[in-house]
Amino acid sequence: MERDDVYEYSLDTHHSEEEGKKVRKKIWFVTLLLTVVTAVEVVLGAMVKQGSSAWTTVKVLFILLTLLKAGYIVLTFMHLGDEKKVLKWIVLLPYLIFIVYLMFIAFTEAMAVGPAM
Amino acid sequence: MSGHASNEKNTAAPWGGNVSPFRVSYGKLMMWFFLVSDALTFGGLLVAYGYTRYTFSGQWPIGEETFEALPFLGNGYPLAYVALMTFILIVSSVTMVLAVEAGHRMDKKGVIKWMLATIIGGFFFLGSQAWEWSHFIHGTHFGSVELKDGSRAIVKGSFGEIEGFEVIQSGAHGPAKGEMITNENISSEEGDLMHAFHHAAEQGHLEGSAGNLKIHLHDGTLAKVHKAKDENLELLVKEAGTKYAVSLPSDPETRITEDEGSVDKYYAALTRGDVIYGANMDQNEYGPQQYGQFFFFITGFHGFHVFSGVIINIIIFLGVLKGIYHKRGHYEMVEKTGLYWHFVDLVWVFVFTFFYLI
Repeated sequence: MERDDVYEYSLDTHHSEEEGKKVRKKIWFVTLLLTVVTAVEVVLGAMVKQGSSAWTTVKVLFILLTLLKAGYIVLTFMHLGDEKKVLKWIVLLPYLIFIVYLMFIAFTEAMAVGPAM
Repeated sequence: MSGHASNEKNTAAPWGGNVSPFRVSYGKLMMWFFLVSDALTFGGLLVAYGYTRYTFSGQWPIGEETFEALPFLGNGYPLAYVALMTFILIVSSVTMVLAVEAGHRMDKKGVIKWMLATIIGGFFFLGSQAWEWSHFIHGTHFGSVELKDGSRAIVKGSFGEIEGFEVIQSGAHGPAKGEMITNENISSEEGDLMHAFHHAAEQGHLEGSAGNLKIHLHDGTLAKVHKAKDENLELLVKEAGTKYAVSLPSDPETRITEDEGSVDKYYAALTRGDVIYGANMDQNEYGPQQYGQFFFFITGFHGFHVFSGVIINIIIFLGVLKGIYHKRGHYEMVEKTGLYWHFVDLVWVFVFTFFYLI
């Protein structure tokens, strides 16, 4: 019986000329996206001053845009999006749990130690 | 069954051996595990940075005020240079992924072309970072000053050029009285006019006031400083003293302007020797000591990763040139070094946001 959960090594992942074209199209799209997002961040960073009324919104926007950029780099450039689901989670989940926990602890503590922003 | 199973592998079960349950090779899986641990290191560093920043209030330096210089063009371009560095790294990440793509088509020429571009991009980034560090260490023309009330302020405006030092009293081996010391005839001990001026200010070897400064040089020469007038000199208070409160970045009204005597206050601090130029491990003109240390450590650690990435890329590039991977039938080594290279780019995306933007 054929089983669909048995995989060969990825050593010989090759693709054809046409598939290559598709892959490259995606790469250039992500390039454009990363460049535009960075440009938007710089313009916003130079225009909106810290402490102004719009600053909090911009700060949250910066973090969201950063996560967007990181997502595209990891999923497209590092091809994690093409890997098996189990590998995706083995890479991402421990990291997310540890880092979110660390951030929670550090920032809670920081607000107790020093003046809040 | 169990007696003679040594060369029988259960290839039908995911964990039975001979197949990869994750559909990736051992090397690639280990690269991913390494990257997760490395990402935790950088995550820890950035969280530590955030923690330290949270414990300070208004004194923490602001990216667009601190990083606003461009090579050859001077000041007044907030964040432009780091944006350029980010762009260079993104482009080199793109050329890397194009090399991986060419490898999937067994296109040796393509792999060579794109890997070479990646290595060049890496060198460009390292060069940019060297300039950035040099600029950070040497500091601005104005430096930052401690005012009489104990407050600390950074200085914005355009620094009037130093034209020369006119000798009032000749020193041990300096030019005679009345002569002009310029960048052409200044002693090697002093370096150049700006360096001599900064050094004298730090040592408290300046006297007088804005338009009428006198400088004591190393060899005992006393000279009058000929200097163009500074323009739009403004003091941005970063640490409150007994008189001045912290200036808010969003409100230019809270700065000390020329109408409020910023020029006199600045030069009074300069002649007292209460000035810091640039950054070292003990102090920096931009803000708290920890700021400089985090700058050096985080961007330095990242720069070290870029450097090792370039070296690894070069090694793999030589392998591609020799045709090792082509003979092997696959370019997985390019993919693995690519993973590391993209990771370096990924880290920079976060450093860029949390160090420069926010």
